[in-house]
Parts: sequence; C-alpha cells; structure tokens
Amino acid sequence: MFKDSFLAHLPLLLLTLCFSFAVNAQEPDIQKGKSLFNANCAACHKLKKRAVGPALAGVSAKYDKEWLYSWIKNSTAMVKSGDAQAVAIYEEYNGSVMTSFPQLSNEDIDNILAYTDYTPPAPAATAMSAAAPAESGGGFTNDLILAVLMLVLAALVTMLFLVNKTLNKIAAANGVEIIKKEKRKRTPLWKAYAQNPFLVFVTVIFLLLSSAYVGYSYLMQVGIDQGYMPIQPIHYSHKIHSGDNQIECKYCHSSARVSKHSGIPSLNVCMNCHMNIAEYNGEEDLEKGYTKEFYTNEIKKLYKAVGWDESTQSYTGETEPVKWVRIHNLPDFVYFNHAQHVSVAGIDCQKCHGPVEEMEIMYQHSSLTMGWCINCHRETNINVKDNGYYTKIHEELSKKYGVDKLTAAQMGGLECGKCHY
Amino acid sequence: MPNQKKYWKSEVELNDQSTLADDLAQKEFVQKLPEDLLGNTELPESDTSRRDFLKYMGFSTAAATLAACEGPINTSIPYVVQPEQIIPGIANYYATTLIDGFDTASILIKTREGRPIKVENNPDAPVNNVANARVQASVLSLYDSMRVQGPMQAGVDVSWDTLEANVAQQLMMLAEKGEEVALITPSLASPTTNQIIKDFQAKFSNISHHVYDALSETAALNAFEKAYGKRALPSYDFSKASCIVSVDADFLGDWQGGGYDTGYAKTRVPKGKKGKAEMSKHYQFESNMTLSGANADFRIPTTATEQQFVLAALYGALTNKSYPTSLSKALKAKVSEIATALKAAGKGAVVVTGLQNEDAQRAALAINELLGSDVMDVRQNTSLRQGDASQINQLVNDLNSGKVKGVIMAGVNPAYTLPNADAFIAGLKKADLSLSFSMKNDETAVHCQWVAATPHYLESWGDVEMKMGHYALMQPTIRPLFDTKQFQEVLLKLSGSSQSYDDAIKAYWNANILGGVSFNEALHDGFYVTTNSNRLGYRDNVDALMQRLIRAKSKAGLELHLYTKTGIGDGQQANNPWLQEFPDPISRVTWDNYLTVSKADAEALGLNNVSQSDGALDGSIAEIKLNDIVVKAPVLIQPGQAVGTVGLALGYGKTAGMKSEMQVGTNAYPLYQNFNPVQTVTVTATSDMHEFACTQLQNTLMGRGEIVRETSLEIFNTKDAKYWNSMTQVSRDHEEIDVTSADADMWQAFDRSIGHHFNLSIDLNSCTGCGACVIACHAENNVPVVGKQEIRKSRDMHWLRIDRYYSSQDTFEGDLETVENISGLGDSLSTFNKMEDPSANPQVTFQPVMCQHCNHAPCETVCPVAASSHGRQGQNHMAYNRCVGTRYCANNCPYKVRRFNWFLYNKNDEFDYHMNDDLGRMVLNPDVVVRSRGVMEKCSMCIQMTQKTILDAKLEGREIKDGEFQTACSSACGTGALAFGDINDKDSEVAHLKEDNRMYHLLESIGTKPNVMYQVKVRNT
Repeated sequence: MFKDSFLAHLPLLLLTLCFSFAVNAQEPDIQKGKSLFNANCAACHKLKKRAVGPALAGVSAKYDKEWLYSWIKNSTAMVKSGDAQAVAIYEEYNGSVMTSFPQLSNEDIDNILAYTDYTPPAPAATAMSAAAPAESGGGFTNDLILAVLMLVLAALVTMLFLVNKTLNKIAAANGVEIIKKEKRKRTPLWKAYAQNPFLVFVTVIFLLLSSAYVGYSYLMQVGIDQGYMPIQPIHYSHKIHSGDNQIECKYCHSSARVSKHSGIPSLNVCMNCHMNIAEYNGEEDLEKGYTKEFYTNEIKKLYKAVGWDESTQSYTGETEPVKWVRIHNLPDFVYFNHAQHVSVAGIDCQKCHGPVEEMEIMYQHSSLTMGWCINCHRETNINVKDNGYYTKIHEELSKKYGVDKLTAAQMGGLECGKCHY
Repeated sequence: MPNQKKYWKSEVELNDQSTLADDLAQKEFVQKLPEDLLGNTELPESDTSRRDFLKYMGFSTAAATLAACEGPINTSIPYVVQPEQIIPGIANYYATTLIDGFDTASILIKTREGRPIKVENNPDAPVNNVANARVQASVLSLYDSMRVQGPMQAGVDVSWDTLEANVAQQLMMLAEKGEEVALITPSLASPTTNQIIKDFQAKFSNISHHVYDALSETAALNAFEKAYGKRALPSYDFSKASCIVSVDADFLGDWQGGGYDTGYAKTRVPKGKKGKAEMSKHYQFESNMTLSGANADFRIPTTATEQQFVLAALYGALTNKSYPTSLSKALKAKVSEIATALKAAGKGAVVVTGLQNEDAQRAALAINELLGSDVMDVRQNTSLRQGDASQINQLVNDLNSGKVKGVIMAGVNPAYTLPNADAFIAGLKKADLSLSFSMKNDETAVHCQWVAATPHYLESWGDVEMKMGHYALMQPTIRPLFDTKQFQEVLLKLSGSSQSYDDAIKAYWNANILGGVSFNEALHDGFYVTTNSNRLGYRDNVDALMQRLIRAKSKAGLELHLYTKTGIGDGQQANNPWLQEFPDPISRVTWDNYLTVSKADAEALGLNNVSQSDGALDGSIAEIKLNDIVVKAPVLIQPGQAVGTVGLALGYGKTAGMKSEMQVGTNAYPLYQNFNPVQTVTVTATSDMHEFACTQLQNTLMGRGEIVRETSLEIFNTKDAKYWNSMTQVSRDHEEIDVTSADADMWQAFDRSIGHHFNLSIDLNSCTGCGACVIACHAENNVPVVGKQEIRKSRDMHWLRIDRYYSSQDTFEGDLETVENISGLGDSLSTFNKMEDPSANPQVTFQPVMCQHCNHAPCETVCPVAASSHGRQGQNHMAYNRCVGTRYCANNCPYKVRRFNWFLYNKNDEFDYHMNDDLGRMVLNPDVVVRSRGVMEKCSMCIQMTQKTILDAKLEGREIKDGEFQTACSSACGTGALAFGDINDKDSEVAHLKEDNRMYHLLESIGTKPNVMYQVKVRNT
C-alpha cells in the first residue's frame, strides 16, 4: 500500500523539489499555479483535452503573454473590441463566453501558465523494480521453523522406535518372555451397536433432528440474497464516489429524502460531475484489473448511455438507458419507505446498506428478512426531536408504557398492516 | 438351446444386397427430405440427427430448470434525464376536465411515475366537480388494449401525413364541386373548438357542422328556446331546494348530463334545532325504478301519459285553472297535495321533467317561473347538450340522397347509437369522403375510409364552458400512448394554421376569457370563473300546450322507457371491465342489460325470474317488437316498475372494438326511434332463459330494522332518540342492559385513546347509491375483475358493496309492524315467507357495506395463522402473504365482506380483463399488493392512504388536521355520505358524527364494536 501511494506521489515530490529551487530564483510557482488552476480553471479546462474550453497545456506558446493576461482578466471586452484571435476562439466555441477573472494578478496567471506548461518527467523506472523481491521475508522464517520442528519430531519418533526395538532385543537375549495378550473373541463394535436398541434409537433421533435442522436452515435461506453482488452494466464504484471522493449518498439518491424509493440516480445526475470528469486519475488496483484505463472506459460507457459527445462537448440525443441489476429487492407485499427511515428517523444509510463507501462492487449487506426488520424496530428508539407529529402521542404513550423513550415497536411498528397492505 | 429363430421385419432384409435395412435401422427417413423444408437448405446436410436434437433439447430443458432455481434478475432502469416534477414513489396530481358528450366533470388525476392511475374529485371547482362511477372508471379506458393505435385507411395503417394530405385534397375537390361535407361532433361546449370549427368552415365553405348527442335533449332545448329565446338548458342548484317534484327526471342519474346529486344531498340531511329539524321533500313520478325514485320521499309509479297529465294538473292547481284529466282519484289527490307543498316551499320549490316532449318541458319551465324557483337558474344556463335530433335525421337522408358527399366525425359513433343505424351506414358508404376520429375501431369507424386515431381525454388538451361563465380546462396527464392526434389539431392543420391545439386554447383564453389572469394559474386550478351570465326574459304562453298535454292518449301495448344505467351510460366505455362488473345500484345485476317489468305485467305476459339452487338468477327472454324492429332481451322483474311500462337500458350490445368478454347485453338503440326514450311496444315471452349475474339476490330486510334503521322526520323531531334509534338490550342478572355496555362484553377492552383511531361514518340519508365509491375502491385497491360466470357463483370481489333493500309493505315501517305482530311459529313461517317479496311500489334504501373493522373482530380470532390482526388505529389488518386460504374468517364474518381469490386474476388468459395485458396493468396502484390465488382479501380502510397521511406529517414534522385522513370511498363520495377521520381528534367531523343521536352500528347486538358507523335514515314522509 505504502509503496503504491509512494510511487503515485513521486512525480509530485519531484515537483516540490523543483519548486524549492524555483522559489529562490523568483520563478513562477508551479504548485501555486496548480491550486489556482484547480480552483479557477478546472471547471471548464483540462490540460490535454478539450472540455468546455480548449486544452491548456502549452497555451503560453500559442499566445502572447500580454494577450493572455488581458484575455483571462476580461475576455468579453476583447471579443467586443474585435481582437482577431479573441474572436476566433469565441467563434470556435460556439459563442460561449469565458468567465472573466479580474481578481487574478499577472503573477497568478504566470503561476497558472507555469503549471499548464509543466510536463512531469517520466517516472523513474528503477524505482519501480527496486522494491519488488523484498516481500516474502516473513513467510520464509515461518516455514523454516515448521520444517525444523518437523525434523525434530521425526527424529524423536525414530529414536522411540529404535529404543523399543533395542529393549525387545535385550529382553529376548535375557530370556524374558513377553506375554502377548491373547485376543478374546469379541463381538464387533458395529454389531454391538446394532444390537443395542437404545443407541440406535438415540442415533436415529439425532439424525432426524439434525437433518431437520439442516433442511430448515436451507429452506429458510431461500430467497435471502445477503451478499448478492451482481455484475452491473457499468462498473460503478461506490468506493471511489462515496469513499474516496466523499460524495454524500443522498446527493445521487436524492429521492430517499422524500420518497419511499431511494431511487437510482438518473443519468443527468451523473453528468453533473462527469461532464468535466472524463477520465479516472485516482488510485488503481492492478491485481483486480482496475486500472485507470478500465475506469476511464466505464466513464465512456456512461457517455454512450447518456448520449454525450466528448469531442463536441454536446448531447447527441441518442440515449440508451442503463439497465442496472437491482440488488436490494423487497417482495411486492412489503411496504418500505426510505424517507421515513432516512429523514424522519435520521438513520444512516450504512445501518442497512453496510459500508458502501468501501464497496468497490455494491452488494447486499443485510439479510432484509422480516426478522431483521422487526429486530431493529424493537431496539431503535424513535426520533422525536423537533417533530411536531410526535409531541402529543409520544408524551401519552411513554407515560402509558412507563418509559422515557419509545421504540418503533411501541409506536406500533410491529403491526402487520404497517408494512403489509 | 438359445432360440436362433430370426424374425424378419420386411422382405427387404432377405436381400443381402440391399442397404435399405441398415439404413432403416440408422435413420428415420431413408429418402432425402425435401430441400426447402423450413426454407433451410443447410438442414439436410447437417450432422445433427433427431436423436442429437432430443439430447440437446433435454439438456437445455434440464439446465433451464436448474437455472430457474435461482432467483430472477430484476433490472432497474432510471430515467436518462429525470423530469423535474417526477420523484419515483410520489404521486402528482393534475387538474383536468372530462367531457365525452355524455359526462362532464372537473377532476384531479393522480399520476405515479407519469402514469395516470386514479380519478379524484376536484373540490375547488365550482360546478360538476364530482366524478361519477363512469368518470371514476374512465382512467382504465386510457389503457384499453382495443384502442386504435394509429391512423388507418381502410383498415391499413398509414401515416398522419398521408391521411392529412389525402383528406385535404379530397376536401378541396369536394369544395370545388360545391358538395356538402358534414362535420359531426357531440356537444363540445368548447369555446376554442367552436372557434377552430368556424375557421375550418371559413377555409372550406362546404362544411356543415352537426351536433349529435347519442342521448338527445332536443325537446328540453327547444322548450328552453321557446321560453327564453336561447338554445340552452337551465342549470339547477338543488342545494337551494326545499320541495322537489320530478316528473320522470332521473336527476340523480343522467338527466340533462347529471351531476346534481351533490346539491341534492345537502338538503336531505335533517338540519336545524332539535325538534325543528328540516329537510327537503322529494316527490317522484316515474315509470322505471331510478336512483331518484329510490331516494324520493314519495315515489309514484306512473306511465308517460299520466306524467303529462300530472304536469298539466300541477300547473292547473297552481294557477287555479282547470285542466280536466283522466288521472285516477288517488293521483289527483296526490297532485293537489304536491301543489300545496310547492306553494308552501315558494322559491325553494322546483319541478323538473325528463319527458322528451317539448310541451312537457315547457310546462315544467312554466311552473318554475310561476313559483319563482331559486333552484332553476336560467341566467347561468349550460350548453353541455346542444344536439338537434331533426338535423341528424335530415343528415341521414341527405347522405342517402347524395346531397352530402363527405362525413367527418369526431367522438361520435352513429352507426351504433343511431336508431336508424343501417340507413346511416348505407349513406356513409355512398359518401366520397368518410373520416372518423375515434379511439376505437367501432361500429362507425369500420365503415369509414379513414380512421384517425384520437387520444384519450387524459392525453388531450381541451376546454369546456360548463355553464355560463364557468370555464374548465383539460390538460394531458401522460404523453400519448399511441400515434394519435386530436381532431382539433388536424382541423387546425387542414385550415392551414401552424398553431398547435394547446397554443390555440392558450391564445383564445388569453384573448377572450381570462382578462389578464395567468393561463397557467387557470390550468393549475383546472377551471376559471367569470361573471358572465345571460339576462333572459320568460316569454312563453303555455295555455295551449296544457290543452295538448291533457289530450295525450296512451296507445295499446306496453310503454317502453329506455334509460341509461349508472355503469355503462351511453355505451362509450362498454369495453371497461370495471363498469361491466359494476352492479347496477337498483337491480344489482352485473354484465347485462334487461327488460325491467312489473310483477303484474310479468305474470300477465308469462315472463318469470327463477332462482337456481345455487342462488343464481335466471330470467325469461322476451321479444320486444316495435313496428318491424325486434329486439330480444332477458326479463328482470322490477319492484316499483309502473304497471303498463317496461324499461330497457341503452349502451349494451356493442360488438365492434370490444374484447369478446365485454360483448354482453342487447343493443336497445334501434328502439330509440325519433330520439324518444318512450316507445309503445309489444312484448312476448319466448321459451328461452337467460342467466344473470347478480351480486345481491335478497330483496327485502324481512323486517330486520337492526340492519337499516330508519324513521320519519316527524318522529325524528318529536320523539326521543331512544325511540327511533334504540340500543339493543340484553339481559344480565335478570336486568336489561345496553348491549354495548362493558358488563355485556365478554372481551377485554383495549385502550385506543392514544394516537389515531379511525372511524368511517356512512349517512344513509345522503347516500344516493350512485356507486362512485365502488369504482374508486376498485381503482385504489387493485380489486380484480372476475367476470360474469364468477359473479354468478357469488364470487364477486368488490370490497365495497352498496346493498339495496326494498320494503315488502309499502314502507319499511310497515315491515317492522308486521314482524312485531307475528304470533306463533306457523304465523312466523308464512309471514316471513311473504316478506321475502318486495312490494309493488316499495321504499328503497341503499346501504354501503365494507369491512366494518370490528374492534372485537370475529374474523381475527378464527385465523389459524394470524393473518388477520388488529391495529391500534382501529383497522383490521390483512397480511396477504401470511394467509393460507382456510376461509374461516369469511365464514365467521357476520357482515360477509371478506373476498376470496378463487383464481389468479392477473396474467391469466381465463380472466382476460385489464390485468391480463401489459397496458391494462398500468392502472394498478403501486402502493397496494396485487393479490394472488388462494388468498383472502377485504377492505383495508385504505391503510395505504392513512399511512401516507401519517408518514407525510412525520416527514413535515407537524400534526394532522381534520380532513387529511381519507379513504378512496370517502374522497370519491360527492354527497358527503361517507365521512372518514380520527375520532381521537375530538374536534373532527367524524368524532361529532360518532356522538350524533342518529349514529348506530350494523348488527350492534352481536358486540363486534365496529369502527364503521351508520346514521339513521330519516324520510320526510
């Protein structure tokens, strides 16, 4: 793990090293430029790819620096003044206006340009291969100890055998007769067992009970899909979105707040972010094949489904709705309302759905059986805080039951008709 | 020694040279199979033998079976771009308007994930804001699998461009030749459409516009025109009425478009100080037993001729003029009694008539003018019926004579609804251009050159002027399911306009109606009210017409009264299984129309009804003859049917564009000659019998006052509640105690004072039996349709039924007296036997019965698997997934409200109704389980709705206000008969109703402590 992140950050480290020198020389600050770029430009520009605006890598080579200063500070004015280059860009991008950044100083712009011009050196190949064979140290010692122990054991067994043999020899030599026990004719164990009706009875009962138990357990798990982890048409990683990028669950599953359904986000919700995020630049898991290319390719699948043309940065109108495989599937005769649990009760999504932020592939965490529901209703107190609905009924009911806080069950959360109608 | 004998299969084997034997042993076919078998040329060369095929087949079957052991893979497909308003799991409501030429209603549409699933009343709308049974069911007609899915030419699918271009060309050609083209529409009452038609006529001068209503109100329109100078109908506000006299006007049914029950019910509940409570008085003269007659205080069965006399006599009595009639003495006395009541009521009096006779209609208007009735409003008159019968008759002639060369029809089906449909079809075939805008490939569309598929009203734009100054908007609640276009859209295009219909509506409204108010606001509300009204002066002279009325003579034969049933109406929605299975409020018959005959006439004609051993009803089939028209219909003996009259419902017997299961009944339109619902016919019995499917076969209460309690207004005012709403007494330690007292209870009491405690109150006074709640319950709770055969076996699934009871004496009070006077066993046997038969003119009560949600429920204690259990909030829960189908609960239920799923009613070809096709299943409510075979089900007191209200309140962190809790039936009830709420909220309406002295429980004496209560019926007699 450390190794991976180290490698990933290596270029950056090198960069920082460079900066430490650069600052001394009053050169543009690439690190500063990067943060300025991310804060101001990244929404519309990418370094090597056309997005809403043109790709910015090497932009300083294309235009005069003074021209760039005034363009960035107020592009509209330049277009209006009829500057040939400015008008050309304006027309190329179908008349979309670039936001003006009058707050940026020339020095800031220099920093940004330094960042956009900067090409990170190719990562040192040597560093890669260096750490490879060090791994199996621990395993080796363990095996060795085991092998030595085995050898000692084998030696002891041999010694015992030899001692026994020698003793026998001595005894034979001294004329001591070793009396061998005469084998009496005994009924074989299985026969004795078969002739004992009590034992047979006990065994049969035991067998019947245990097979009933096994059968019952088998039948009771029919239709329970705990751990169900289907392959989805698009490899959507909750780990990256919810875990690494800390996106709130209800940003995408917004209807969970107000509706019985949590809702699978419509593709336009994905495009809120993915209009600008066309490629994956995060961590990789090479073992499982989750490379950057892999993830980027999945983003392309989204573009295809939603009909987004990257080259023109526009919607084509040709859409292919994604057929997600449904994981959490309650039977039709169960009424479940997300809003009541999420908004009214204030329960975390993870309580039922498990550590979604760690799930590379989504799976069903809980059993979703009725027993599981009921258990929670028995244990969980209702959230009455600042809820006008509960004021009266909670006071009256808690008095009746003689408790401070009512559970969902005491509120009637175990009645059949609350979930089955 | 082993047997060496060899058996030869054929002589070929004897021939060593022949390889045929070997070949036969190896292959099934020696000769080469024809090369083009299955069109596959590779097959004969294939190495795969039949045996291999079977091996692979077997393996794959086994593999598939094994694979099926795993759970199915469900996919979830989110929107690509989610519409802003749609959140999965949350319903959206849209205000819109239904108008189909028969029904008109301002309604709200509940949609889930973009699918309309339920019709709700629009309580904010000022007029026609209540959805009747047909309007409630109209949402299912949207998902009708028999709909036309795109434009067609002679039965072949074409594109809209082809249709429009061709029709435009043909219209041009006809215009150049100066040939007339008729545009036939129902009464649209749509200001924008009228404008569009005007523009269309400006472009093609040869277009003549004919308004055709299947059920004509021509006489009433003509009468109003004569009296007030405008072709329209008055509007009525029955909530202002204190004395109502109806002469064959079923105003609680479909009279003049219907929708009057809301106002009517307001005056039917006794109100005022104790001892001085008042309610309106309702007299009904009629031939058929109608909803209005069933609700009337006095119902007087009369023939149409007698009804004309009654009108003249009433006018005479009010004006002190003498119009001598041949009315019987009793009727004359009744008329003078009514005249006195009308005079006393003054402005609160109103006389309405449904006779399709201009003189009779004018007489009614004259009486209302004379009384200065506030109930009838001529200023805010309505144009919901505009059709002129003579115009249509003329058109049929013109088509046949070749005077009219083209027909464009929109929303009408004359080939089915016209009495002279054959002449119309013949004329239609002669036309150079015939185009029908239709949702179905109906009787008319199949004879047209072009069929333009139109959208359902829930996919359409539109506007309606309900009555003067009251406008309503129609908006789509779903994208068109099929390749359809509204006819206005096509007319706009043919007129050369580039405007869409919705833009046209918006432009018209902004220019002419709204006066600066935002269109979106009006669209959101679904209606807009201006102060427009007509100043109309009365200018009729009625003396001559009274003379004509009293000269009316009855002809020999029986008087046939054609009517429309609450379920099917004019027949537009005949392919709607909810409506077909809807039990008629009066006869309780489903899936049929029938000839209603009085008992006396039936005996005279040799017609009878026979109950089978399983309780099902059979009726003789009668032949109805009108001139040379013969129609066969089964006979139902109808208590209350005026002697000398028979009744038959229109709207049945449709065959085109219908599923085979839905093709039931007899088409009565051929008998609707000259658009007059009253005809003189001869009826003869045939030897054939017809099988009915009824949901109720018990007609009387046999004097069991505990089930339906009722009293008269006089007793209600003068006597103590203990007298007319007495509590059943039981004896304990030789002392009489109330059956509800704790001492008489064998159950442990459960404290329900904390939290919600739901109760439903049903007011027998304001329930008119309209049945909107039955359909609303169907829609809300995914109640399956089981079909005629199953209903006949008493396997109906309606969670809510409206029991109808007849008195066996003239009144229910008489029944009670009879029972009290029984002495001895012999007497009781013979008396009760007699009491099974209803009176010739019985009193009628309606009693909606659903699960009573007993606090001490007999069903719960007998369930061996605890599938039925009680909630703290008073609801009797039913866990379908737990039920194993023992049906003990149904046996132990004293109210017989539990329903058993004898079969799988969804995705089953044996029950080919809406739940058997993908389209029809779109109407299902996703919040309610679709039950499977072998499971008991029943009314849940709409727990999904009460839970929704609670969950919403929790989400918003607030308390629940009175009126928020609703059930499907209570929110559908337009008359306020059903009131639902939390009785622990002491200020709620239902808590007050629980304390009302009219309150009683059904079968109180058995101690079930129901959470459904009834209010004693008070008759103003």
